[in-house]
Order: sequence, then C-alpha cells, then structure tokens
Amino acid sequence: MVPLSWYIILSAVVFSIGVVGFFTRRNLIMIFMSIELMLNSVNISLVAYSHYLQSMRGQVLVFFVIAVAAAEAAIGLAIIIAYYRNNPTIKVDEINLLKG
Amino acid sequence: MTAPQWFFAYFAGMITLLSVVMITRRNPVHGVLWMLVLFVHIAGLYLFLNAEFLAAIQIIVYAGAILVLFLFVIMLLNLKKELTVRKVQKHWVLGAAIGVIFALFVVTVVAGITVLPPLGEYSIEAIRSEGSIMTLGKVMYTKYLLPFEIASLVLLVAIVGAVVLAKKRI
Repeated sequence: MVPLSWYIILSAVVFSIGVVGFFTRRNLIMIFMSIELMLNSVNISLVAYSHYLQSMRGQVLVFFVIAVAAAEAAIGLAIIIAYYRNNPTIKVDEINLLKG
Repeated sequence: MTAPQWFFAYFAGMITLLSVVMITRRNPVHGVLWMLVLFVHIAGLYLFLNAEFLAAIQIIVYAGAILVLFLFVIMLLNLKKELTVRKVQKHWVLGAAIGVIFALFVVTVVAGITVLPPLGEYSIEAIRSEGSIMTLGKVMYTKYLLPFEIASLVLLVAIVGAVVLAKKRI
C-alpha cells in the first residue's frame, strides 16, 4: 500500500517545479505551460485524496479543474495571439505597455 | 518496498523528471512534446488510483486538445528569433529561490499527512460493483448538477471569448 503522504509530496514537488517555471521563464508560452503543470499537480493530490477518503468529491473536482483549464488555455492563447499581432514579441519582460 | 510502491516510485520519478525537463526546454515545441509524455504518466497514476474516467479524460482533453492548441499557437507565432536569446528573466534566481522555499515549506507541512476515518461510502468494492464511470456519473448528475451546468457556461464563455479576442475586426 502506498501511503497518502507520498502522493501529496509528489503533488507539492511538481507544483513547486511549476512555480519555478512560472517565475523564471521569459517566454509567455512556457509560462502558460507552467500554469498547466501546476493545475495537474493539484489534480494528482485531489485524485489521491478521493481514493484514500473513499469519496467521489475529489474526482468531480478534477473534472471541473480540467474543464476550467481548457477554457483558460483557449482564452490565454487568444490573448497571446491578439497581443502578438500588435507587438511581435512574447517575452514577458518586453511586454510593458502599461509601465509608467 | 512492495510492488505497488515500486510502481508509484517509477511514476513519481518520471513525473518529477519530466516536469523539470519540460520547464527547462528552450524551444516551446520541445516543451509541449515533453509535456505530452508527462501527461501520459499522470494518466497512469490516475489508473493506479482507480480513476479510469479521469485517466481517459486526461489523455483526450489535455494531451489531445489543450496541447494541440498550444502547438497551433506556437505555429502561428514566429519564434525563430526567440530561440537565440536568453530564456530566463533577469531576476530568475529570485524566482527559483521562491519556488525552492515554497517546496521545502509545503513538503515539510504535508509530509506526515494521514487519512482519518470517517471514510466515505465509495470504497473500491462499491466502485467496482457499479463501474467507475457509472459511479462518477451518478454523483456528477445528482449532487453536482449545478456546478456541472456552470462548467458548460464557462466553456461557452471560453468559446465566444477566444473568437472575440483573436479576431481582427469584430
């Protein structure tokens, strides 16, 4: 039997890798992929809790998280395309139109 | 270690390794392809946790739809120039430090987590007698019917919003 804490530790580690990617990468697409990674790590912990607590709630939540992630990816990538049309760059430190 | 623990160790090691590989690729296309392998491994972990439906959804929606969407957008943007410049931000050491501190903090907090009774009614035997998808569907269409309908609204907003944002002139 695998202890529950192993799953939660795995989830925390993958989430932190996503955080590192989010804070360090310069490419907007890679930042988006780090966000997807963080969502997935949370899904792992939700499914693990659902299994160990013998409840269906976690799996239902994961279903909604996946639906929201799909919506978020569609909207976010549309924003990237809309921005790229005006300023052909997706490096986050060069996206500073609102900077005073 | 027993066989399930070895199984978990393989998947956990691969998931951690692949996430590190994914966030360090310079070319976003390579990142997306490594992410595909990562998602297949996460789906394997879901199977291990008796969540067959979610494993299928993980492959179909994440690997099949979202990653293809990423690849399409990368194709639309001209990223030749991006491949030759610095791939990390100026203050990347600070960002990495935040991530590492966060990891240490969370891992020390959650390391001793155990499940306390009372357990729910969906034991492995109960799920197996009905089938995993049927059990999940019954819960989703009764107890979580309203969130389910709201999820459909969220997807509708995403469809309309993506078209409105990406269109040149409305």
